[in-house]
Amino acid sequence: MLHGYAASLLEGTGLTLAVAAASLAIACVLGLATAAARLSGSRLARALGAAYTTVVRGVPDLVLMLLVFYGGQMAVNALAAQLGYEGFLDIDPFVAGIATIGFIFGAYLAETFRGAILAIPAGQREAGLAFGMGRLQVLLRITLPQMVRLALPGFTNNWLVLVKSTALVSIIGLNDMMQRAGQAAGATREPFTFYLAAAAIYLAITTVSLLALRALEKRYSLGVRLAR
Amino acid sequence: MNLEAIGESLPSFVEGLQVTAILLAAALVLGLAAALPLAFARTSTRAWLSKPVWLFTYVIRGTPMLVQLFLLYYGLAQFEAVRESVAWPWLSSAWFCAIAAFAINTCAYTTEILAGALEATPAGEIEAARALGMGRATVMRRILLPSALRRAIPAYSNEAIMMLQGTSLASIVTLLDLTGAAREMNSRTYLPFEAFLTAAAFYLALTFALVSLFHLAERRWLAHLAPRR
Repeated sequence: MLHGYAASLLEGTGLTLAVAAASLAIACVLGLATAAARLSGSRLARALGAAYTTVVRGVPDLVLMLLVFYGGQMAVNALAAQLGYEGFLDIDPFVAGIATIGFIFGAYLAETFRGAILAIPAGQREAGLAFGMGRLQVLLRITLPQMVRLALPGFTNNWLVLVKSTALVSIIGLNDMMQRAGQAAGATREPFTFYLAAAAIYLAITTVSLLALRALEKRYSLGVRLAR
Repeated sequence: MNLEAIGESLPSFVEGLQVTAILLAAALVLGLAAALPLAFARTSTRAWLSKPVWLFTYVIRGTPMLVQLFLLYYGLAQFEAVRESVAWPWLSSAWFCAIAAFAINTCAYTTEILAGALEATPAGEIEAARALGMGRATVMRRILLPSALRRAIPAYSNEAIMMLQGTSLASIVTLLDLTGAAREMNSRTYLPFEAFLTAAAFYLALTFALVSLFHLAERRWLAHLAPRR
């Protein structure tokens, strides 16, 4: 049915998952840092965090990706020329892709994390401090474990949107599942078959993630009584 | 920053803005119109009505809009019956495929938003309406819809903004929307920062315009939930 292109599609799926996982790692770091900045006492940090989350959420992923890919290329080469390098540097589409997607979803995750931290009663943090815990101890023992539970629903949403966003990296030339589907479609003249296969693989990824994250949510909500 | 180059390309950005606005408006209107009956079907107690709608929204929400767009724009040509049909001039046009893909996509999300709002209707309101002798259609028109549509506004404003950003995919199927104008300027002038930052500024302005529009709508229709002043 897939004219022997199944292996190629699966290889591309691996790359799609790699892009998604690497972007998620970047997004989590950026999201936590930004959430901390937006909740900090410094007015400058709060303003920077707010500007980042507002601007990124108001501009399409595709525009940002093209900006990083083409603009980054130009910036890197200008910098290299300044340093006396003669040749031409190519930006790797993988790096441009995960940098952009990580940057975008850092903004979305920041809002999720901020909401989760704000939902933890302040008295718990104060109680921890009153018991003589340090600030780091309060963070690790009280804030973070509860934040995971509160942030998981939003995190699940963000991850699902992120996975779907990775389809865009094919536009900047990365040989991911989407691009392989396009190549197979061109070679066999059966575009519907191959894009449908791509859709099925995305649906499988989102379904598995949904089930796994729901199980995780259950695990983290063990200590919470539900009014049912 | 080469401001002169931006100024020269400004007319094509303004044209792109119009294309983006038309795509967005068409997708939102069609998507919302189709989502209304689907949301009622989704909340129906009859499984043969609600399950197919659930499957539709699950599949659409679980796959990238880019794939949906490619399935329509490139995929349909695979079938000879489609190529020979009278609708082919439509089905092969980028405009039609883009609007169809966007409308189907936003329809799925809007259906879920509306279905959630419908289900949140307090049971007492429906019972009261039935006790007053209203029929099913009257309850729907007078009780369910007005309050569900109001409750859906905040979530729907998010969906509209996501859709605005989604319309940038139209540039991939050759339409010259805002992103298309930026890509065209970039390949003509090799000024990526100027091109894409200009497009980003336009999108940001559009986003703020949408946000304030929905803010007004919330003030108008959700005034009873606003904090007392």
